Amino acid sequence: MSNPILSVQDLTKRFSPDAPPVVHDVSFDVEDGEIFAILGPSGCGKTTTLRCIAGFERVSGGSVSLRGERLSGPGVHVSPERRKIGIVFQNYALFPHLTVLDNVAFGLNEGTVADQRDRAREALEMVGLGGFEDRQPQHLSGGQQQRVALARTLAPAPDLILLDEPFSNLDALLRQETRQEVRELLKSKGMSAVFVTHNQEEALSFADRLAVMRGGQIDQIGAPEDVYYRPRTLFVAQFLGRTNLLLSQAAGSEADTPLGTVGLNRDAKGTVLVSMRPEHLALEAPDASGGTRATVVGRSFKGHDITYRVCCHGNEYLVHTDNRHLYEPGDTVVVRPLEPAVVLESRSTPAEVPSGATPEPEPEE
Amino acid sequence: MTIAEALHTIRDRWYVAIPVAVVVGGVLIPLAYLLLRALRAEPGTLWDLVVRWRTVRLLGNTVGLTVGVLVGTSLLAVPLAWLTTRTALPGRQVLTLLGVLPLAVPGYVMAYALLATTGEYGTLAQTLGLVVPRLSGYTGALIALSLSTFPYLFLNLRTAFQGLDPALEESAQALGHTRWQVFVQIVLPQLRPAFLAGGLLIALHVLGDFGVVSLMRYDTFSYALYIQYAASYDRIYAACLALMLLILTGAILVLEARLLRGLLYHRTESGAARSATQHRLGSWRWAGYAFALGVAGLSVVLPAGTVGYWMADSAAMGMPWTGLGTALWDSVRASAPAAVLAALLALPVAYLGVRHGSSWTRGVERIAYLGYATPPLAFALALIVFSLGAVPFAYQTLGLLVMAYALHFMAEAVGPVRSALYQAPPHLEEAARSLGRSPLGAFLSVTFPLVRRGLLVSMAFVFLSAMKELPLTFLLAPVGFETLALNTWSYAEEAMFGQAAPYALTIMFVSALFVGVLLLRERTGRRAASAQT
Repeated sequence: MSNPILSVQDLTKRFSPDAPPVVHDVSFDVEDGEIFAILGPSGCGKTTTLRCIAGFERVSGGSVSLRGERLSGPGVHVSPERRKIGIVFQNYALFPHLTVLDNVAFGLNEGTVADQRDRAREALEMVGLGGFEDRQPQHLSGGQQQRVALARTLAPAPDLILLDEPFSNLDALLRQETRQEVRELLKSKGMSAVFVTHNQEEALSFADRLAVMRGGQIDQIGAPEDVYYRPRTLFVAQFLGRTNLLLSQAAGSEADTPLGTVGLNRDAKGTVLVSMRPEHLALEAPDASGGTRATVVGRSFKGHDITYRVCCHGNEYLVHTDNRHLYEPGDTVVVRPLEPAVVLESRSTPAEVPSGATPEPEPEE
Repeated sequence: MTIAEALHTIRDRWYVAIPVAVVVGGVLIPLAYLLLRALRAEPGTLWDLVVRWRTVRLLGNTVGLTVGVLVGTSLLAVPLAWLTTRTALPGRQVLTLLGVLPLAVPGYVMAYALLATTGEYGTLAQTLGLVVPRLSGYTGALIALSLSTFPYLFLNLRTAFQGLDPALEESAQALGHTRWQVFVQIVLPQLRPAFLAGGLLIALHVLGDFGVVSLMRYDTFSYALYIQYAASYDRIYAACLALMLLILTGAILVLEARLLRGLLYHRTESGAARSATQHRLGSWRWAGYAFALGVAGLSVVLPAGTVGYWMADSAAMGMPWTGLGTALWDSVRASAPAAVLAALLALPVAYLGVRHGSSWTRGVERIAYLGYATPPLAFALALIVFSLGAVPFAYQTLGLLVMAYALHFMAEAVGPVRSALYQAPPHLEEAARSLGRSPLGAFLSVTFPLVRRGLLVSMAFVFLSAMKELPLTFLLAPVGFETLALNTWSYAEEAMFGQAAPYALTIMFVSALFVGVLLLRERTGRRAASAQT
């Protein structure tokens, strides 16, 4: 963290003096050339954070700095047009009365009009939309509109770009492909970017690092694998896919869990809640010695692998395995942990949370 | 909010300060001035002027006429709205148009038509030898106002009928209610908000009306004000009358707000509403046609026919081309600047309401309706008293008339700008800001081009409304200024029906354009709405 391009320190935003803060003491740095994601459910304050960075909202506390220059802070508010920060909106916000080329040239003020048009054309070529210059934006497909928006944002060569739910208006098929293209484009330009999303898969695959946010605060910041495999809180564990929660009695590096004695990722004592991803459990035939016995209650075959639902002491757990062995519902199996369990520091008391698999996250659009 | 934040808010919203200052300065200050002038009189004199039987009679007449017109318009509008929305009557679209067209006949033109039809020298007597007593007084005012204002209620009711959830009626029917019971117990209660909205417009119209009551010589507050002004100008008494009229208007606004509270019905289910099943009328459809055509005959064909008949008379005497030209030019040169001014005042107000909707911005938005709700005669009187007392150089100038038009019709300009602003979402301006434009630069380069059409529609509304405006013009026009409306009214007032006809016809033509703009806007609005879903 030597010389971050963007530095957000203790950012707080309230919309009225008596209301609770929408964003509360949020801090993170973005390195040069890094793609940083803010992931969270709707209403968690992620878009407000982005709008504070862009300068559309005045911060109530804390600061925002770009390349060491203070943009927002006590008594400081640089207006959005002087921040050199580009933004791509969820609905793209293309100017409907201008052609595609005029849209892209909109942010270019230096040089002659001919120069500006040349640069806008280059930006369009870059996103693969050469030849679309004279179209009206509303006559383009969703994916094309998104690329025009990206070209428009990149054309003035901002220091940082912000993307607000950039892929959520695309249909599922297009989404993955576009995501890959945009990531490659940003990486090839060495562009630093902050994007917000409520889609965990998008955050995990698009970002170099991500922050998981809820209720106006950041729960955890880290590389995607880090946050996925070593969630710090119950919320992070649940939000990044399904997991098994085990109410356990810890004694040092091991804990007594409903699935037997399991190693822990860090030392703990007393009643703790630990998380075990379904792919970190395996099933074995019961003739193997020892282990915790469970009954298979259901399975869903997904081709390359299988997810089993097993029942143990009245709770259901998920086990994600390869398909070398097939078990039928009703079979007795032994559940074997493959990795140490992750101790969660929960904001809620562990006793309130039952052991078992977490529910399917609710679809959000 | 800290002081710094409050300062930022004010700095960010500076643009509304202009229309707020203009409206407060243009409407509230003259009204306050009028109040102060009246209070400066001897308390004894004031008491004698206000507390007497004449006041009670004026109040009774004004309220009586308002209630009568509300009943009359309901009798016309409810069946017509129902016929055009909830039945399968062939030709419904034409009937809908017939329900809107009366907007092209201002009240004083309608009164003129009724006066020129009845009586010993009326059209009926001259063509059919049929002598019916000349309409005047309460009956005459009631008929003229009901026929010319019922479209306000009709349009509101139509929208309400179309928005009703058919499932509610079907449930009631399934629970064993007859069609008539369903209409009375389920449909009518749901129409209450529409009744209140349309009824308020009509009540304001009746209270502010001057042309009809003066032609029909019916003694209301407005008529008494006119008599005071025209004959024995007693400034104090005129001010008292204007203030009483204002209080009555205020009372009606409060009453409406009371009644409307908690009355906003919504469909509880989500998803798109089904359109209602349409009743088949069977042989009753002839009754439906008879009613609709009867209403159209009285409200559109009668005035048009009457004016046409008297035109022949006028043509025989030689068309007053010069007079017509002068009047048209005077009307235009007052209405055109008023249209531009009203649209420019409406733009920041609508912008604030659309972009920063909150309780205080809604309060600011209401100021646009201040000039509209103030009865025009009282407003004009306040402007006269104020300009004579405080800014004598403005008295009887075109500028003052333009200002009065703009403040009175600003409410009509807000709507189209507002809907245009919804087509220009705030993200567009933010995108322009992040691409290096200043706040004003972003507005001018992105939002303004998108609301230009809306501004033009606003200007068209205000222009056409001002062209047919009578009471403000009557009191505020500079000496020798003769608009179309003034000529129509003054000839009709002297029963010179032939001379009035060319001016009345021109007014009807201008008003028909107004209806055209209205219908066009409704259609494009619907298309935009259906394109979004």
